[in-house]
Amino acid sequence: MTITADQENQGPGQLRVVGTRAARHDAVDKVTGRAQFGADVYMAGLLHGKFLRSPYAHARIRSIDTRKAEALPGVKAVATAGDFPIVQKQPIEFAQSVRGSRITAEVILAHERVMYVGHAVAAVAATSFHIAEEAARLIEVDYEVLPAILSIEDALKEGAPFLHESMTTQFRVDRFGRGEDTGVKSNIADHIQLKSGDLEQGFREAEVTVEREFFTQTVHQGYIEPFSSTAYWAPDGHVTIWTTTQGIFNVRSSTAEIIGVPESMVKVIPMEVGGGFGGKGTFYLDPVAAVLSKKTGHPVKIVMTRKEVFEGTGPGSASHMRVKMGADRSGRITAAKFYLAYEAGAFPGSAVAGGATTGTGQYNIENFQIDGYDVVVNKQKAQGYRAPGQSQANFAIETVVDELAEKLGMDPLDLRLKNVVQEGDRMPSGVPYPRVGLKEIEEAMKAHPHYSAPLEGPNRGRGIAVAFRWQGGQGSPATINVNSNGTISLITGSVDLSGTRTTVAMQAAEVLGLSIDDVVSTVGDTDSVGVSGGTGGSRVTFDTGLAAIAAAEEVKRQMSARAAQLWELQPEDVEFRDGIFTCTKNPADRMTFKELARRLGSTGGLITCSVYAPTTGVGPIFAGNIVDVAVDLETGKVDILRFTSFIDAGRAVHPGFVEGQMQGSTAQGIGWALSEEFFYTENGTVANSSFLDYRMPTSSDLPMIDTVIIEVPNPRHPFGLRGVGEVAAVPPLAALANAIYRAAGIRVTRLPMSPGNILEALEEKSAQR
Amino acid sequence: MPDRIRVRTRVNDAEVEFLCESRQSLLEVLRDVLGLTGAKEGCNDGNCGACTVIMDGRTVNSCLVLAVEAEGRSITTIEGLASAEGLHPLQQIFLDEVALQCGFCTPGVILSAKALLDREPRADEARIRCWMGGNLCRCTGYDKIVRAVLRAGEAMRKGAS
Amino acid sequence: MREFEYVVPDTLEEAVRLMVEKGHRARAFAGGTDILVQLRSHRFEVDLLVDIKRIPELNQLACSEGEGLTLGAAVPCYRIYEDPAVARLYPALVDAISIIGSIQIQSRATVGGNLCNAAPSGDSIPALIVLEAICNIAGPGGHRSVPVEEFCTAPGRNVLQEGEVLVSLHLPPPMPGSGAHYLRFTPRNEMDIAIVGAGASVVMDDARQRIISARIALGAVAPTPVFARKAGDLLAGKEANEESIEEAAQAAMAAARPITDMRGTIRQRIHLVGVLTRRALRTAILRAREV
Repeated sequence: MTITADQENQGPGQLRVVGTRAARHDAVDKVTGRAQFGADVYMAGLLHGKFLRSPYAHARIRSIDTRKAEALPGVKAVATAGDFPIVQKQPIEFAQSVRGSRITAEVILAHERVMYVGHAVAAVAATSFHIAEEAARLIEVDYEVLPAILSIEDALKEGAPFLHESMTTQFRVDRFGRGEDTGVKSNIADHIQLKSGDLEQGFREAEVTVEREFFTQTVHQGYIEPFSSTAYWAPDGHVTIWTTTQGIFNVRSSTAEIIGVPESMVKVIPMEVGGGFGGKGTFYLDPVAAVLSKKTGHPVKIVMTRKEVFEGTGPGSASHMRVKMGADRSGRITAAKFYLAYEAGAFPGSAVAGGATTGTGQYNIENFQIDGYDVVVNKQKAQGYRAPGQSQANFAIETVVDELAEKLGMDPLDLRLKNVVQEGDRMPSGVPYPRVGLKEIEEAMKAHPHYSAPLEGPNRGRGIAVAFRWQGGQGSPATINVNSNGTISLITGSVDLSGTRTTVAMQAAEVLGLSIDDVVSTVGDTDSVGVSGGTGGSRVTFDTGLAAIAAAEEVKRQMSARAAQLWELQPEDVEFRDGIFTCTKNPADRMTFKELARRLGSTGGLITCSVYAPTTGVGPIFAGNIVDVAVDLETGKVDILRFTSFIDAGRAVHPGFVEGQMQGSTAQGIGWALSEEFFYTENGTVANSSFLDYRMPTSSDLPMIDTVIIEVPNPRHPFGLRGVGEVAAVPPLAALANAIYRAAGIRVTRLPMSPGNILEALEEKSAQR
Repeated sequence: MPDRIRVRTRVNDAEVEFLCESRQSLLEVLRDVLGLTGAKEGCNDGNCGACTVIMDGRTVNSCLVLAVEAEGRSITTIEGLASAEGLHPLQQIFLDEVALQCGFCTPGVILSAKALLDREPRADEARIRCWMGGNLCRCTGYDKIVRAVLRAGEAMRKGAS
Repeated sequence: MREFEYVVPDTLEEAVRLMVEKGHRARAFAGGTDILVQLRSHRFEVDLLVDIKRIPELNQLACSEGEGLTLGAAVPCYRIYEDPAVARLYPALVDAISIIGSIQIQSRATVGGNLCNAAPSGDSIPALIVLEAICNIAGPGGHRSVPVEEFCTAPGRNVLQEGEVLVSLHLPPPMPGSGAHYLRFTPRNEMDIAIVGAGASVVMDDARQRIISARIALGAVAPTPVFARKAGDLLAGKEANEESIEEAAQAAMAAARPITDMRGTIRQRIHLVGVLTRRALRTAILRAREV
C-alpha cells in the first residue's frame, strides 16, 4: 500500500517512470544463474588462497614457521603481514585523524599480536583450495598467550589491562567530528556526547519516569555470499582485483596503500554482491590475494568459508545501555538520559555514534544527555550492519517509551504523536529537521486496520515502535552515452546491491522522456568511471540518482543544441518536454529523442556526458512497525502472527524494491530480536560459527510482511525520494519486545528474546509474585 | 596429485564426463570443472541451500554430495531451466514479482520451488514455507519469494490444463 | 579435507571386508550429511569411505501390519516418510525424520546414519526407542542384534566394532490400541538442532482409557539419547489423564542429565523435558484413540 501525502508539494508533476515497477537490469542473469559473483571468477593459471587464523583471543606472535607448508606439493607461496609495506612503514595509531589503512592492514593480517580468535595470521596460495587448506594447517606459529578482554564490563573495570598501550580516549560532540584527544589511557576509544537543556529540571517536571538497563549481543549481517577476491599482479606492476564489495574505490585506495603501490596501478572490478548489509563496506582479502599473486606470478583467488565469515569479519556490535526517561501527565517527554557502550572489537570504530545520534530522534525532547562509548575488546573488529548502531539504541529507547505510555495509561501511539518531531524541530545532534513524515507514519499506523484488529487467542500481544535514521551521503559520478538508436548507456560507480542500477536508470529515463528499457545501466570499474562513494547509508538511489539526473540534464542541453543546429536556431529556442524536442519559434518542428539521436552522427557526433554530483545529504528517514505475537508460556517461544511495516519513502522510485527493502529489513530485525547472537566461549571463540547455530530466520519462521509506503517528498531531491535501505530494520526489535510484554507480561531487556531468555524472564516474574 | 576418478553422469539433459578427486563435492565439480557457477557456496555444510541442485528428481545440497556419487545420476542445475523458448515460468515470475534482491540464493530457491511445484502444484503458503526452509535468503524476508511460488503454481497448473 | 579412497561395494560381505581391512580409518558412507561436514571441520580423518548405498540389504524398505518395518540403514528419510504404509503405521517415525534438516537433507540423510552419528540430539533416535527398534549389525564375526536404546554409547560413539556395519533396523508391528509421537523444541521452526526432543508411545486397553504400557525417550539431555524407562513404566495400568501424564513427565525430568551449552541451560532443558513429555504423551494417546 502506498499513501501519498502532501500532494501540493510533489515537485515535478506527473512522473512516467519513477514510481513504476520496472524490470531489473540484472534480474535475468540472476534467475538463470549467469550472474557473476565474486567466487565465479575463473582464469588460466588460477591459484587458490587459504588463511591460517589465530586460536587465541590475544597473543603475541613470537615466530611463524612456514617451511612445512611451503614444502607441500602444490603450494606456491605463503604471505604474512610482513609482506605489506605499510606494516613496515607505519606504526598503528589511534588518533581519529590517522586511523585508516594501517589498522585495516592489521585486521587483514596480524603483525605482532593476534587480537581475536579467528584473526588471520598467514595465507597460502596453492594449486587447489584443498592443498592450500592442508598447507595452512602446516604453518607453525609460536604464540605467547596474553590476557584477553571479552566484554565491555571487563574492558571498563578499574585496573583492566589496556588492549592498546598507546590508545587514549577521543572526545567529540558530533557524529563525524574529529575527536579531541583527552590524553586519558583507556579501553574507551571514543566518547561522543550530545546534550541539551537542563536534565535535572526535566526530570523534576516528570510525572512518571522509567529507568532500565539493556544488553544486546553480537550479531552478524549474515550475507549468504562469503567474502571472495581474485587478484592478478601483472609483470608490469598493474594489479587487477575482482571482488565482492560495497565500495570499489575504497578497496582500490586502501589496497594500494597497504601493498605500497600508487592508486592508479590498482584496478578494482566489482562483481555481483551476494548481500552486504554494511558487512562488505570493508575488506579482508584483496591485499592478500594481490601479494600472493605478486609472489607467484599467477592470479590468486581467495574465498572465505562460512566459518571464516563468522570468525574473521566484522559483525554488528554487542552493547550495554542504560536509559532514564520522564514524562509529564500530558505525555510530554520532559527528559532523557541515555548511556550507550558498544563493543568495537579489537580496534576502534563501533557504530555507537549511530546509536547516540538517533536513538531519541523520534521525539522532541528539550532536556537530554546522551553519552556513547566505543569500547575495545578482544573480538573481531565490528562493522556496520544496516543502520549501524541504531537498532540497539532504538530497542532501548522504544521499550522505555512504551513503558512510559503504560504508566501514563496512554495509547503508545498517542504518546508518540504527542512528542513527534516535525520540520524545524531539532535532531539530537542539534541539526533542524527538514520536512519529514514521522507524523504521517504514526497517523497511518493508528488508522491502519492492523492496529485495531482484535487479538484472539491466549498469550497474544501487539507491539509498536518507530525509528529515526539520519543519513549522510557521498558524491557520485554518472556518465551517459547516447546511442544512435536513441537508447542510452548509463555508467555509475557505486556497486548495485539490491537493484540500484535500475532505480538510478529510472531517474535518468524520467528526465530524458525515455522508457526504462531504453537505458542500459552498468556499474563501471575503477578505471572506467569517476570516483564514487561506497554503497551504504541508503545513499545510492539518492546520490547516484542525483548524478544520473544531472548527467541527463546535460544530455538534454547538448541535444537541444543539436536540434537548434538542425533548425538553424539558438539552443534557447528549443524546448524539451515528454521526450520531444520542439522549436518554440515554429512548433511544427518537432523531433523525438530517438529521432534526434539518429541525427547526432551528422551534427558533430554522438554525445557523452559525465557529471560528478556532490551529495546534498540523503537526510532523515523514519519507519514504524506494528506486530502481533503469540508467546508459548511453557517454552518461551515467540510466534509472529502479523507484521506491518511503515516507511516514509519520500517517493518510492520503485515500489516493489521499497517493499523488498522493508521486508528484508524486517526479517533481519526479527532475527536480531528473537534468535541471532554470537556465543563466545570463555576463550573468545565464536562457538556458533555456522548457519545451523547462528539462527537467521528461515521461510517457516516468518509471516508475510505487509508494507505501507508513505510519501512525504524529501525537499533535497528533485523527485522527493529518501533512502529506504536501512531504517525499516531498526524498529522490529522494540516492536517485538513491546508485543511480548503485552502477550506475556514481561519486559525483556536482553537480546535476543530467545526462548531461553524469555523463560528466564517468566520465571523471574513468577518469583516476584 | 591423487588419482582422479572418471565419472559419467547427465547434467541438464546432456551426457557429461569428468575427472575428480574423491574428496571433491558435486558443488566443486559443477563450478570448477563444468563451469556451472549458478550453484553457489554459501556455507558448505548443508545449512543455506545456495548450492541446491536437483538430482534424480530430488533437491540436494550439492556441497553434501561427493562428485563421484554423480555416476549414473541425472542432475538439473539452474542453467538447465531456461530453454531456447525462453525462461521457465518460475524464472519469469521471480522477475515479475521482484522475488530476488542480491540474487545469490536465487538459483537454489528457484530449484527448490521447481521440485516442489513439480510434485505439488497446489502447494499452499504453509507448505511452501516449510519446503523452502532449507534455502536461506537474507535479502527478501521471503515474502515475495513465497508469493512468486504461489503464483507460479497457479501459472503452471493453468499451463498444464 | 585430506584425500581419501572411495569405494562402492555391491555386497555386504565386500563392505565388511573393506571395513575390516581399514579398521578405524574407514567409515561407512550413506547420505554423507554428517560425515562430510565432520571431515571438513577436521573432526576426524579417514582413508576410506565405503559407500553402502548399492548393497541390497541396506536398501530394504518393507512395511506391513503383520511384519512390522524393516528399514535398511542406507534408506534416505524421504523414501521412508513417503511410504504410505510407514506413514500409516509409524507416524512417530515420520514426525522425527521429517524434521531432520531441510528437504534437501532429507533427500540424502538416512535413519541409519542419524543413529550411527550418535548425536545426543539425533531426532530419529528417541522415536526409534519408543517404537522398540532393533538394530541388525553385520561384521567379521557374523550378525548380531542390539536394541536401539543400547546402540549409542557416548556423543558420536556407538556399539559398532571395527569392521561392523549397521545393516537395518526392525520395528515390531504396532500393537492394537497403540499410539506414538515425537517432537522436539527448537528456537527456529526448521533447520535447527533439538534443545530437547521427546518421544512417547502408549498401548491402551480396548476402551482406550487405560494405558497398558508406555515408553518414553528423550533427546539432547544426556551424552546419549535417554530411554526413560521408569517414566513409561509409571503409566502402566493408569488412566490416561493429565494426572498420570504429569507423573510421567516428572519422572522423565528426573531421568534427564543435561548440560548447559550454547543451545540451552540445564534448567531450561529439564523444564522442557517436562513440557515435551506431556505434549508427546497427549498426542500419542490421541493417536491411540484415533486408530
